[in-house]
Order: sequence, then C-alpha cells, then structure tokens
Amino acid sequence: MNESPQNRAECDIPFQVNGKLVAVRVYPMERLLDVLREELGLTGTKEGCGEGECGSCAVLMDGALVNSCLIPVLQAKGAKITTIEGLARGEQLHALQQAFLDCGGAQCGICTPGMILAAYHLLSTKPQPSLEDIREGLSGNLCRCTGYEQIVEAVAKVGRRGSGG
Amino acid sequence: MRARPADYELVAPGTLSAVLSLLAQEPGEWLPIAGGTDVMVQYSAGTLPARKLVSIWSLPELRQIEVTPSEVRVGAGCTFADLRQHEIVGREFALLAKAAGWTGGIANQNRGTLGGNIINGSPAADSLPALLVYEAELVLVSVKGERRVPYGDFHTDYRKTQLAPDELVRSVCLSRRFSEYYAHARKVGARNAQAISKVCLAALGRLADGVVDDVRLAMGSVAPVPLRLRETERTVKGRRIEPELIQVASRAAAAEIRPIDDIRSTARYRTAVAGNLVAEFLERLSVAGPAQK
Amino acid sequence: MSTDRIVGQPVPRLEGRDKVTGQARYVDDIELPGMLFGATVRSRVPRGKITKITFGAEVDWREFVIVSAKDIPGKNCIALIDDDEPCLAEGMVNHPEEPILLLAHPDRRLLPHAVEALSVEYEPLPAIFSIEESEQQSQIIWGTDNVFKSYLIEKGDVDAVWEKAAYIVEGEYRTGAQEQLYIENNGMIAAFDPQQGVTVWGSMQCPYYVHKSLVKLCNLPPERVRVVQTETGGAFGGKEDYPSMIAGHAALLAMKSGRPVKIIYDRMEDMAATTKRHPSRTRHRTAVSKDGKILGGEIEFTIDGGAYETLSPVVLSRGAIHAGGAYYWPNIRIRAKAVATNTPPQGAFRGFGAPQSLFALERHMDRIAQVVQLSPVEIRRRNLLKPGETTTTGQSVSEAIDLRKLLDRALRLSDYAAKKERFARENRGGNRKKGIGIASFLHGAGFTGSGERYLSSVVGVEGRTDGSVRVLVSSTEFGQGTNTVLCQIVAEALQLRYEDVGIAQPDTQEVPNSGPTVASRTVMVVGKLVQSAALGIRQTLEASGSLGATYSPEEFRAAVRVYVAKNGKLQSLARYEQPEDVVWDDQKYRGSAYAAFAWAVYVAEVTVDLTTCSVSVDDFVALQEVGRVLHPILATGQIVGGIAQGIGFALYEKVIWDKGRMQNGQMTNYIIPTSADLAPIRVYFEELGNVHGAYGAKGIGELPMDGPAPAVINAVEDALGVPFDSIPLLPEDIFDAVTRKAGRESISSVAEDGR
Repeated sequence: MNESPQNRAECDIPFQVNGKLVAVRVYPMERLLDVLREELGLTGTKEGCGEGECGSCAVLMDGALVNSCLIPVLQAKGAKITTIEGLARGEQLHALQQAFLDCGGAQCGICTPGMILAAYHLLSTKPQPSLEDIREGLSGNLCRCTGYEQIVEAVAKVGRRGSGG
Repeated sequence: MRARPADYELVAPGTLSAVLSLLAQEPGEWLPIAGGTDVMVQYSAGTLPARKLVSIWSLPELRQIEVTPSEVRVGAGCTFADLRQHEIVGREFALLAKAAGWTGGIANQNRGTLGGNIINGSPAADSLPALLVYEAELVLVSVKGERRVPYGDFHTDYRKTQLAPDELVRSVCLSRRFSEYYAHARKVGARNAQAISKVCLAALGRLADGVVDDVRLAMGSVAPVPLRLRETERTVKGRRIEPELIQVASRAAAAEIRPIDDIRSTARYRTAVAGNLVAEFLERLSVAGPAQK
Repeated sequence: MSTDRIVGQPVPRLEGRDKVTGQARYVDDIELPGMLFGATVRSRVPRGKITKITFGAEVDWREFVIVSAKDIPGKNCIALIDDDEPCLAEGMVNHPEEPILLLAHPDRRLLPHAVEALSVEYEPLPAIFSIEESEQQSQIIWGTDNVFKSYLIEKGDVDAVWEKAAYIVEGEYRTGAQEQLYIENNGMIAAFDPQQGVTVWGSMQCPYYVHKSLVKLCNLPPERVRVVQTETGGAFGGKEDYPSMIAGHAALLAMKSGRPVKIIYDRMEDMAATTKRHPSRTRHRTAVSKDGKILGGEIEFTIDGGAYETLSPVVLSRGAIHAGGAYYWPNIRIRAKAVATNTPPQGAFRGFGAPQSLFALERHMDRIAQVVQLSPVEIRRRNLLKPGETTTTGQSVSEAIDLRKLLDRALRLSDYAAKKERFARENRGGNRKKGIGIASFLHGAGFTGSGERYLSSVVGVEGRTDGSVRVLVSSTEFGQGTNTVLCQIVAEALQLRYEDVGIAQPDTQEVPNSGPTVASRTVMVVGKLVQSAALGIRQTLEASGSLGATYSPEEFRAAVRVYVAKNGKLQSLARYEQPEDVVWDDQKYRGSAYAAFAWAVYVAEVTVDLTTCSVSVDDFVALQEVGRVLHPILATGQIVGGIAQGIGFALYEKVIWDKGRMQNGQMTNYIIPTSADLAPIRVYFEELGNVHGAYGAKGIGELPMDGPAPAVINAVEDALGVPFDSIPLLPEDIFDAVTRKAGRESISSVAEDGR
C-alpha cells in the first residue's frame, strides 16, 4: 500500500468561507487552494503557477489579499475567507464584476477571479485610487491576455464612482 | 504541486512559549513556518527537505511593533504589509518601509514576514540591506531566555545564520537616530514588480558643512550574504562629494562586492550597476538638504 | 454598414458573466466519477537510447496504471502534418522532457512521488542545440539532413540587382524562443467506453486536430472518438498542437484502466515540456538605389523547430512569406528552412513565424536608412507598397490602402517628429536616454495560399425548439471573443437581438469542422461562413412560408419554433469556397498568399536608464487598418494584449536553455510584464472593409504581435546609437554592447560623452 510512512493524521479545521462556516478534515499541510477547490468544490479560485507569482489563486483572508497556493490550510483555522464566489449577491453582480464586463477586463477569464479580488482589496484600502495605485495594486496578478489596460480601466471606473470595496 | 501533504506534519501551538518548548525538546526537527511565502514555494516544488513544521504565523508576541523613545522594536512576525502601514516605520525607517513594498506583490506582502525574510537568509531579500544600514539588533529567544545580537554579524554564509536550533527571532530593534539622515534605496530587478533583485542598495548619508559626516551603504544580491560596504564607506567618510570622489567610491563598491553569474543576471552587470547605484546615491546626497528622504 | 445594430457595438461578452463570477468551468474544475489522475515520465537527456527502466521499490506499482508505447492500439504518433512525433518514446529519445511512460492513480498527490521513483537509464548520443550546430550536420538527428522543410520564394531577377545598387546593406537578426505562458496550464480528461469509444474534454484550440490524432493513435473509427473543448484559459497558439499529445496520453490511460483519467500539468512541467515560439535567424542582403529605393534582396530565414517536425513547415511558410513585409520588392529571393535540434518541438505562438521575420526586416529597414543616410520614416515612405504593386509572392495589393497616409497618421498621433528632435537634444547629457522607433508591417489573415481550400471549413447555424438560433462551429473561445463575435454576426445577419443567438460548445459530436482556431481566421473566414449559414436559415423559413420579407425578432423566433416542431430540425450548413481572385501556386510558392492583409504602423517611445540599462516603454501608439471593427472593446483588447506579448518578446522573455532543457521554467524566473511594467497603449483603427471577411472584417489576432519588438528595439537604438539585432534584449545585453562600444567597463563616462 502506498501509505505515507509516518501515518500523519488528518485534522478538523473549521473556518468561514463566503460567510458560511465550514469544517474540513484534511491534512494540515494541504494548500488552502486545494481545500477550497477539491474539498469545498469552490473552483472559482485557480492555480496558475503554484509559486505565489501569478495571483490566480488569490482570496481574501480576514480581509487581506493572499495567495491561497502558499497557505497551509491549518493556518486558515478560524479565518474568514472570501473567494470570487462570495462577491456577487445572488444575481446582483458586484460593481467590479460588472465593470470588468463593461470594460473588457476579462478575456480568457482564468486570471479574473484573482484579479477581481485584488481589485476589491485595493479599493478597500484606497477607495479612489490613481491609475498608478491601480497598476501597483494589481502588480501581483499576472494576465497574459489583456495587457492590463482594460482591467485598469474597469477598476478606475469603480473607483471614480467611489462605490468600491 | 509536487508534495504529498500526507507526508508532512504541521502543528500550531498558538503561543510563543509553546513553540519554543517544542523547539527545545526536538531541536532541528521542526521547521518554523510563518507566512509561508518561501517555505510553501519549496514545498509545492517538491524540494522542501523538512517534514515537520511548526506554525508561528500571527503569534501575538511576534506580531507587534513596540515604540519607545529610543527604539522601534519590530516583531519578527510582522508582515511587510504591517511595516508599510506603520506610521513611524514609514517616517523614520523609510528604507525598510520602501523595501517592504518591493517584496513580491500585495498578496505576498500580506503574508511574508520580516523574521522569515531574515531567517531565509537569501542575499537577494529586499529588506535586509536596510536592516544593515540601520544597524539593527536582533532579539533572539529560546526557552533559555533572550539574547541580543547585532544584525551585521547575523548572516554567516549563504542562507546560514547565527540562529541556534532552538531559537526564533523575536524582534528586530531599530535605533531611532536616523531621522536626520538622507535615505535612499533602489532595487534593480527584471521588472518593476514581483522581481527578485539583481542588485539592490540601501543607503544613509549625512552631511555636515558639505562634508560627509556619516555614510552607510548595504547591498543585496552581490555576495553570499547581504553586504555592508564598509570599505566603500571609508573612501567617502570625511570627504566632500565631488565627481572624482564619486568615481573612487563607485570603483570601491565594484571591488568590494562578490557577485556571481546566475539565472537572473551576470557578475559583470551586477558589478557595474552596483557602482552606478553608489554613484547615484552620492550625487543625490550632495544636493540633498538635511533630513531629506 | 452604418445601419448595423449589433456588429460594431460593444455587446457583453457572451460567457463573460461566468468568467467574472468564477462559474466558468475549466478542465481542472471538472471531476468525473471514478476518475484517476495521470502523470508523465519524461526523458532527462537530450538524445539517447533507453537502456533500462527501473520501478523503485518504495512504491507499490500494483496500484498504478502504467502505459508504455507497447500499449498504443494504433500508430505511435501524434498525427499532424506528418506522423513523425511519437506519442511515447520507444527505445530512443530525441529531446529532454520527451514522454516515455504514463502513470495513473486515484491519489493525485502520489503521482509526482511515483514519477520520481521511476528511473530511466540511457546510452546518451551526441546532441545538437542550435541552428548552427544543426546546419553543420555533424550529427544528423532528423531525416537525412536535419531539415524539416525548406521554401524558395523568388520574384524578378535578384542576381542582376547587385551591380546596379548604390548601396548593399547586410544584416543578421535573431529572435529567441518565447513561452506562450497561458495562465491555465495544459490539461485533459479522457474516458473510454468499449461501445462509445474515447471521449476527451480539455483545454484546446482545435478539437478536430485532437480528433484526427486520437483516431490514428487509438485505432478507432472517427465516430467513436469525441473531443470536447472546455473553457480555455489562454492559448496563443500554445494549445494548437500540444493538446493532441496530452489528450493521447489521457486516452491511453483511460483505455487501459477503463476509468476516466485527468492529466493536468503544473507550471514547471508545462514550461519545460510543451511548445514555444521557434527561435530564428534571418540574414538580409539588400540592394538599394541612390535615392533609397529597394532594388532587390536576398533573405535567408531559418527557424529552429526542435526535435520533431510538428508544425514547423507552416510556421516557416508564414515567416517566409512575411519576410519582405509591407514594402515593394521588385526582385527578391527568400530562402527559408526549418531545422532540427534536440529540444522539445517548437510550435505555434501568435504570429507564427511572422514576428520573427518582421523583426528582422523592420530592424533592417532602420539599418538601410542609416547606410543611405535617410530617416527611418523616409526609407519607409519610399518603399511601402502601393495599391497595384505586388508583394514578394506576386500578390497584387488590390485595396485602396494608403500606407504613407497611415504612416503619417501614426507619426502625428505619437508626436514623432517633435519627440525625435527633442530626444536627440536632451540625450546629450545625463543618464537617461530617450528614443522613438517605428515599425510598419502587415499580417495576412487566414490560412496561407491553398490552406483554406484544403481545410474546406464547414459551419452550421441551427434553430432550436425555443426559437433561438445557435452557431455550430469547432472554432474555440479562449479569450479572444469567438463566442461573442460569431453570435453578433448571426444576430446582425438575421436582424435578431444579440440575446436570441447562442453558440454550441465545440464538441466534435455536435459541430462540424470549421477548421482550427488559428491564423487570425475565425472572425474573417469562419465568421463569413457563419453569416452565410445564418442567411440559409432565413431562406428556409421564407421558403416554408412562415416568415415574411420583414419581421420582428419575436416573429422570427415563432417561425423557428413552428418549423422545428413540424420538421424536427432546422439547420443550415455553409462550406468554404476559395474566392476566385485568391489564386496560389503551391509548387512555385507564388500568387495570392492571403485573402486579406491587415496593415499597421506602430510607434514606441522608450527610456533607457544607463544606471541599470533597463528599458521602459513610456508611450506606444498602435495604428492599424483592419477592414472593420466588429466589436470595439474586444478588438482593442486583442491589440493591447498582443502588444504586451510583443514587448515581452523584445525586452523581458528569455528562455534559458541548458543542453536542450529550459532552466527557468517558473513564473519567478520567466519574466512577463506586470501591470506596473506597461505604460498605457494607445490603439487606433482604420476600416477599409474586406470583401472576403464577415461584415468587412480582417483577422487581427496576430497582427499586434508583429510590430512591437522591432518598434521598441528601433527606439532603443535611437536612444543609444548602438544597434541591437537580437531579442530578447536584456539590460545585461545593453550593458555589454554599450561598454564594448565605449571600450570601457563603466557606463557613467559613456553617459557624459552623449550619443
């Protein structure tokens, strides 16, 4: 049998995702990314690189933007996690999601969940960011399709309205 | 993802003393993991040697910034975001705040810690040259108590430090005497964000009557450890900044560093750029008024 | 055209809502019951004979499904143009990362461990890694001479021009490999059922390419192979042929195990093992008259195809045809060849040979300008094609394109003249040198020459029971807007609302073969067919008496509902027919290479900071004539995205090779621009229409890849007075060149000397 030689134990790890309490029984060193996707079926968070470089796996943890591919799930115990699935209110899209649609911020869409959360986080710290603030705030999220222009435009649009975050 | 979670143990005792007890009981067995921005990259690549990890993420004892009249004590568990957001760090230790903003992107700044950066010991770490020029002192802690060591001696070789197997870094102590200095830092990477540095400079300078009263220079990515450029400082101290002196200092810096060719850059390039960065700093120092940053 | 209500409007991206809410399902988001995970054991040497395979004792191999070449039911190849690439190595390996064995297991996390536990021993053979080594032919690693393909394009009498020339200008230009770096790694799921056959779902551009290769590999009849494209997170050519390989692997594991198998690469594997842009070397020798007009020239264009032929002949073809660019060459000889090296096979990447040959040409034009002592603007003005003149393959420019006017407009938009003068003045002192550079170019849309005729694409449009209309194509969406634009076209053609039209998921069981989603052909060629098929639906309804000459969308829907209820099906197909005026001679490689060219002038403004020799692009003007802009936001998005990749190609993206293996296969070390690295890119369109494209559109997907690199490098030379003929151009390279020129080790004195 290919069991792990040391027979490490799984453990119960409770935390909140998108306002709901969840409890998973997993190995403590499972990546938060994999727990969200595989245990909880929240596949909106993506893996692009596994090195914390592309930002596709970004979620909010206790309000802070983090790369979930770099977080052992044990460290998420008791935390409040927000994923892309938690942004819209039912059918009502968040202003950022609508702006991405209006401005062409999403092309292939794979970087989009992480990118929107990064923008959400930016607007929560800087409600009316300059274009430079936006470019800096999103610089940890790589996009290969858009060249960033229409993403920056979408974030700026929400920022100008002052209704972000 | 090339690691098998079932092969690893991760515990989170929750207090500093519990963590220290564990490290004392089984020294060298447990790898402390704070924000994980270095450890988890290795883990994911399947190259992490350790199998037992102890979480020190967000331990309250480590994640505080204490301000006294003479000192700012930055807890080793403070994240780069914590540093960027702290008013006094931003005002009096601008080089550290700036470096914090260079480290990865926002998401990694929310998790990467100053202590982790130090213990990881990469010569390319952005905040370490700043700690060198601020002549930080580290408070190291174990079950046996605390000891205070000058940061300048802490890195002994490539990714090796003076930290004992049962110790953690508790805090980084910064003396509050640099407000009047001109502070300058520059990082040279492959792109403007999310780049491992090819060369970086942290520098402090103070002029008195047009003469260099004090100067401190430190660089990353030019030696196996973050490097304080004392020889170069000696060529400048007590002199007036003039074009000839700048050339001398620039050449001294190029001679003092030991860069290599690696996947990111070449020794030749690093050497020249290091000299240029020192020159750039001195030019700016020469026209800066007192206490300009 | 001005009465169009939907075409030309920024309608919402069809699948956009799913993308912004995280609902879009990419292959790794999909799970099938009983699914296993697959992994690939790959060669660690560039060339050699496999002598021994050892299964490590630390793993219980009985739990694994193991597939080798022996398990292949059909032919051990990835069928493409020829069948030379093995699906699994059998005895011999010819490049690092070549697949040897496949493993599957229920525990995804166990697989990397198992791959490491398997050791392969080789008897190494001498390997070659560069174009020059391949040309030397001291090692023959493919065919009889290491040459996958060669082309000769000739026009006029080149040999007679040299003695008439006032100037003969030579240059050699090189481009490196470039990784497509789609943010979604390659992945496939395969399932096998003895009755139904093989089904695969995954990230891909060309379902019917995958289908064709699986038929051959699995030895199944076409109707028992089904290929379905899942939401695809970027492709850029990197998922044109490689998906056939990974689909084949998943299928073989599924066939052997009887269970569905998912293979998803991680970033390190994807970067090291899959295709990249072909490295190139172009040599120019040009005869120029006293007044700066090109009399003729010889171009030698060579690309490195890696270890197997795969797509190299087609990349070569496009690169060769574009090698003369947007200029009039009265006489020319282009010798093009694709050669083999022991590296993973190279493949398609946006532009497909043209970015390579156009980089060389546009750099060479600036060199000619210097020799002839004309400005970069003037040398182009004197040589750009005019309507009625012929291209290098003898194709007549048959539209009213005024390239000089396009050039002038780009210069105005970029404030070129004033900036050039100001930079020259301000560069005399200081450490920051500014420069401005131009590229003027073209890109042919659709398959080359007889390619579209050979593809013989078929599309369908059908009416559904609810009265809506659905597009049936194998053309895939991977961000560029296929779904949206094809639905716009149908809605416009049938005078419906955008919401009345949908598009089927590309599933070879459901949709006809509209050809691969490549070559900037989808909107122009497939779109035009879709327009035609849509009109076919209308004709059927009119003929049945249920629709008048004019109608409302609701009336149309009602007519569809009634027709489908009565007849069971309402479908119209349209098949590609080569336009009569697009005639191509495959033997002589002459004639009309493309049904349409898009034209462009790009202007890049840069600053070179001599403290670090880093280049920043401060302003970028992209002006292009594209026939018709069918969706302003999508079109702009394509241009900006392509330019970002082109800037990466020029300044950032270096593949570091060591004995045929990519060493920097992580996102940390393979550098693409972040949002903090790119200045705003200003995009402008002109529209001359195009009779061969839907609503007058020309293909634009690849056009923006051709111009940025030469424009940027031309600007860098303008800033520094030092020529650079090889990309990527890193600060280290600039440093080396600048200090060599100054004969010194430090740069500061160079800055003082000025240019």
